[in-house]
Amino acid sequence: MKYIDEFRDGALARKLGADIARAADPRRHYHFMEFCGGHTHAISRYGVADLLPANVRMIHGPGCPVCVLPIGRVDQAIRLALDHGVMLCTYGDCLRVPASDGLSLLKARARGADVRMVYSSADAVALARQHPDRQVVFFAIGFETTTPPTAVAIREAAALGLGNFSVLCCHVLTPPAMTAILEAPASAGGVPLDGFVGPAHVSTIIGSAPYAFCAERYGKPVVIAGFEPLDVMQAILMLIRQTNEGRAEVENEFVRAVSHEGNRKAQALVAEVFVRRPDFEWRGLGTIPDSALGLAPAYRAFDAEARFPVAYRSVADHKACECGAILRGVKRPQECRIFGTACTPENPVGSCMVSSEGACAAHYTYGRYKDA
Amino acid sequence: MPAPKTRSSLGRALDLKHGRIDLAHGSGGRAMAQLIEELFARHLDNPFLAQGDDGAVLPGADGRLVMATDSHVISPLFFPGGDIGSLSVHGTLNDLAVMGARPLWLSAAFILEEGFPLADLARIVESMGEASRVAGVPIVTGDTKVVERGKGDGVFITTTGVGSLPPDRDVSGRHARPGDVVLISGTLGDHGMAIMAARENLGFETPIVSDSAALHGLTEALFASGARVHTLRDPTRGGLATTLNEITRQSGVGIVLDEAALPINPAVAAACEFLGLDPLYVANEGKLLAIVAPDDADAALAALRAHPLGARAARIGTVQADTHRFVQMTTTLGGRRIVDWLNGDQLPRIC
Repeated sequence: MKYIDEFRDGALARKLGADIARAADPRRHYHFMEFCGGHTHAISRYGVADLLPANVRMIHGPGCPVCVLPIGRVDQAIRLALDHGVMLCTYGDCLRVPASDGLSLLKARARGADVRMVYSSADAVALARQHPDRQVVFFAIGFETTTPPTAVAIREAAALGLGNFSVLCCHVLTPPAMTAILEAPASAGGVPLDGFVGPAHVSTIIGSAPYAFCAERYGKPVVIAGFEPLDVMQAILMLIRQTNEGRAEVENEFVRAVSHEGNRKAQALVAEVFVRRPDFEWRGLGTIPDSALGLAPAYRAFDAEARFPVAYRSVADHKACECGAILRGVKRPQECRIFGTACTPENPVGSCMVSSEGACAAHYTYGRYKDA
Repeated sequence: MPAPKTRSSLGRALDLKHGRIDLAHGSGGRAMAQLIEELFARHLDNPFLAQGDDGAVLPGADGRLVMATDSHVISPLFFPGGDIGSLSVHGTLNDLAVMGARPLWLSAAFILEEGFPLADLARIVESMGEASRVAGVPIVTGDTKVVERGKGDGVFITTTGVGSLPPDRDVSGRHARPGDVVLISGTLGDHGMAIMAARENLGFETPIVSDSAALHGLTEALFASGARVHTLRDPTRGGLATTLNEITRQSGVGIVLDEAALPINPAVAAACEFLGLDPLYVANEGKLLAIVAPDDADAALAALRAHPLGARAARIGTVQADTHRFVQMTTTLGGRRIVDWLNGDQLPRIC
């Protein structure tokens, strides 16, 4: 496959692996966080860690949309479907996220809730048009990548005057989460990071400019990388070089898709439809100010939280679940007591075990032979 | 091709152009007799079915028999490369073939939903007849039920097959041994992606065609090569990865795949990439997985490749001792990873 196979080439990978081994200073350790679940998935799926020297450790970050979704948000979606009888449309990954009372959207469906899996927000709008007698709610989750399509759906619903369509808006923002990780003191479980592999798809929307604060304020290099394994390896090499040279810059490995300013049209669309929520609870990272989006006043009529009485209630994670520490990079999946025993992809306790982008699911699915 | 109206002893012929299934077609009366005569008997014709009794009287077979059954529910009913009719014939024939059996007879049971177009049913039954003729295995008996509108999904078909098992054959998912070689008869994921593309109306420039086919000719060619065949499977639902995990569990071994050796059609690879799916977990309906003794791997591969259904056969992995019974893969990149059981349906990634 052209433009794909080139980025999965074994010979190039071995060469890059050798370059990384040469560049890495054997007297020190390197801790880099790949923020995105897409990178976590690529690292696990292609066995990238096998090609890195022992003193280069990748820490799996929180950039997995369903992983950072707190239980209380899934509860809201379930209440909408079960108590308010709406047709709840969501991306497939959300269906199995464990919520309160042993429920998930999938289990709610078995109890009679009308939960539909959609591939895009446009499918949800189409369902609203097909079922004018039903209230249709799109459970909108994800980082900056999935936000513009939600904006398009809301604008379309407004243009069509669809009174039966609304959005449970749980879109979150990448830079505030990176700040939260960098601000976490060591005593609170913060990890000493040497730099970030920066988001791929998110950066196609927001550009490389918004990461400048990492370099300028925190002295941490960021290398934006594509989601292919060679992209990730090249980014790791660039991070090692920056670290060795004492540089902290935002570099862009993913030049074939990411520009400095990003996608202006998408940004304008998002700015028109959404406003920042004053704060938002993240799973594992706690409540972070200015870190999520809600609907702008002009589109408030399409806000499911305004249309239905489903106030957000914060719910504590399962006591034994270490998703929080894992999302902050403090613990590795295999260090969680219930990893692979009580918590498996079939019966996830924590959200990191749900999505294939989650650190626990990725390690369980692709890497656990190493623990055996 | 819709069948022309035929003269019938049961009054006006079935309207195969505009007619629809109604509850009378399942009630055991004249309408049902007419449906059987003008549609089923016509397309599936053979001397056993023509006996017209409640069951078929079959000649005795020597030695061991193998019996397999498979229910077919699929949306859409018609897809590039096949339809529920041909699929329901191939599915059961392949279950017999991977047991090492030579298929002899099939039965077919239909559950039809009230309102289902007779033209579609005719197309499906005609396709079943064609698949059964090509395979050389007659459908000797059958049954039809009609359910009320809303209680079915158009048509469900259950087929059952009986085959004879030659005395020298003993294949099972329990027989994979460390050192054995894993072979696949061709490209992975064609059926599943053809269905998905048709279901979601994904207009790919290169149409993806289902690989639905009967495999008993291919298995016979493999046995004729003299290779010691330990395990045969057709990796349908859940794809190759699921089948291999079933085998490692049954045999108490591990398997290591070589990602670079996996045959995958470029259009399927691209569609999977586009949708965030892994072709290892996508269904096949005409592929044979064979695990053979190491010394016989070359002969087995040559036999597969010499058959029209095995032109793209490849050696894709090795069985090894592993108490954890992991299926692992050496990636194109040179790393290693697990190829795990699929958990629920494969879902596209969000981010």
